[in-house]
Amino acid sequence: MNIHEYQAKELLRAFGVAVPTGYPAFTVEEAVSAAAKLDGELKVVKAQIHAGGRGKAGGVKLAKTDEEVKQYASEILGKTLVTHQTGPEGKVVQRLYIEEGSAIDQEFYLGLVLDRSIGRIVIMGSSEGGMDIEEVAEHTPEKIHKEVVDPVVGLRPFQARRLAFKMEVPTKLVNKFSDMVMKLYKVYVETDCTIAEINPLVTTKDGNVIALDAKLNFDSNALYRHTDIVDLRDTTEEDPREVEASKHDLSYIALDGNIGCLVNGAGLAMATMDIIKHYGAEPANFLDVGGGATKEKVTEAFKLILSDDQVKGIFVNIFGGIMKCDIIAEGIVAATKEIGLDLPLVVRLEGTNVDAGRRILDESGLAITSASSMADGAEKIAALVR
Amino acid sequence: MSIWANQDTKVIIQGITGKQGLFHGEQMLAYNTKLVGGVTPGKGGTTVLDGVPVFNTVSEAVEVTGANASIIYVPPAFAADSIMEAADSGIELIICITEGIPVIDMIQVKRYLEDKPARLIGPNCPGIITPGEAKLGIMPGYIHTKGHVGIVSRSGTLTYEAVHQLTTAGIGQSTAVGIGGDPVNGTNFIDTLQAFNEDEDTKAVIMIGEIGGTAEEEAAEWVKANMTKPVIGFIGGQTAPEGKRMGHAGAIISGGKGTAAEKIKTLNANGIEVAETPAVIGETLIRVLKEEGLYEACVTGQPTT
Repeated sequence: MNIHEYQAKELLRAFGVAVPTGYPAFTVEEAVSAAAKLDGELKVVKAQIHAGGRGKAGGVKLAKTDEEVKQYASEILGKTLVTHQTGPEGKVVQRLYIEEGSAIDQEFYLGLVLDRSIGRIVIMGSSEGGMDIEEVAEHTPEKIHKEVVDPVVGLRPFQARRLAFKMEVPTKLVNKFSDMVMKLYKVYVETDCTIAEINPLVTTKDGNVIALDAKLNFDSNALYRHTDIVDLRDTTEEDPREVEASKHDLSYIALDGNIGCLVNGAGLAMATMDIIKHYGAEPANFLDVGGGATKEKVTEAFKLILSDDQVKGIFVNIFGGIMKCDIIAEGIVAATKEIGLDLPLVVRLEGTNVDAGRRILDESGLAITSASSMADGAEKIAALVR
Repeated sequence: MSIWANQDTKVIIQGITGKQGLFHGEQMLAYNTKLVGGVTPGKGGTTVLDGVPVFNTVSEAVEVTGANASIIYVPPAFAADSIMEAADSGIELIICITEGIPVIDMIQVKRYLEDKPARLIGPNCPGIITPGEAKLGIMPGYIHTKGHVGIVSRSGTLTYEAVHQLTTAGIGQSTAVGIGGDPVNGTNFIDTLQAFNEDEDTKAVIMIGEIGGTAEEEAAEWVKANMTKPVIGFIGGQTAPEGKRMGHAGAIISGGKGTAAEKIKTLNANGIEVAETPAVIGETLIRVLKEEGLYEACVTGQPTT
């Protein structure tokens, strides 16, 4: 799960990490009154969307006067920002963050992430702050320094110091920097992050170490123990169909094509998308109904697929293991009767109780094209929508 | 012969009195798996499934039944603890079916297992099956046939798909291992490939991967350097968008890394043929078996198509 920068900074502040003072704003008026509460000449107006690259897209502006705050806030609020992370359709800015300006001396990168190949948390630091870390990794990998954490003892201060010296943090600020690294690790572990990134982390002319930006992502499997973080979810940042799917415990991801897919199992669901593409069509979604889908769940899944008006045909691909084909077939029949499906529907059933399942579909009188294999089904649905 | 599980494996179920535990316990018994007991704290002293004894702790279950394997159907919030309990009690093979264990918990588990002899399979996996001998998992037993092809996979249903293609072509399987779809798991591709390489009865291996991480790439390099038997692959998620978790917690392309294209390229570069679509995993294997002169030896069942 993703949260906004201002929410991440509030969380960091609660853990003792130094962040600039700032306030969220949902309207231009709120932006102006937020700016009035801040000290200093310089104020930063920052678009709050769940994507990076906001600065380059014009979503971050430095304001020198209250007038400028007002001007930038009106410009950015409601604007569609297109960054390398939003996709070509971009994201509409609905929230702002008004923050005091910082007298930046140097910029650094600090990130915590899981290293899957060793199953441990890795701290990454670089003197190349403010840049896309993937680009740094590609072009100048020698500028990224790492420390691996032993989960038994957690991150040790010597590791934070070693990282600081390798990153060439000014010597007199090494202690402040290390302290921030230790605290960020605490945030990562105690709130079940999957990514904790501060880019840039800055040293200031008056000798401070500050998190100028903050990105925190959370492990959705661990949200059950963090109700306070669940409250930070901004569903307007997510695809509405994905939000709806999550209410029914369906694993759904919207894509750009026109063939709706209903599959059991994540691996098979991905492979189904691939095979649709192989036969020259494009999948409209990823949808895993799970191992123990009921008739009701299948109906909800159908409704979800059909709520996408790009969908021109549906491919159901089921390999019944624990899930029985006759149950799925009943679900398909009930759903199509309830919703009144008028799009081509291809169903491939295999596995447990397959004969009973196929019989239910045949006897339903519905216009269902049955497929003998996964390839056959993909080929048929691709032909039907063409 | 087979790897890790056979007719002599004595297995207990942690979480045996739950809905999942009972259902799959029954299926395992129906497959003639040696299910010797189960564990549910507070229900010790009772029996389920016509005489399977329930214990309060894993160590008690091991002491009384001599179990050497455990299969875990405990909810995600408690599953990490269950894995550690099994390892502490001397269980050699731990299979964790549970989906949804927090990553931070699995990091702890992995570290805890480092100096213990226990092998963990999963979590978030279908388990392991040695056809005709033992079924330690949730896969449908009847689609399998005993034979000589090993399977290792990150996905459950995609494994069934591959097994089904083999069985209908008369190609039996030695053991099928689901290593799970989580970013931090126990047994990985290389561990499983190594075991298949050393198993006299396995003549070829199918490796089914998906987007996310670099486990397939590492395995491909290992295969080139060490494997004496043919390996073919399949990678799911060629059409998956970046930054989205495709159902499995571990199936995500991040920062341009972990794409299917990259994995397929690395597999090919290391001499592993990759099936173009999931529908031709069986065909691809059969072609390679014929090239290697292993086809006849691998036909152990009756082709049905």
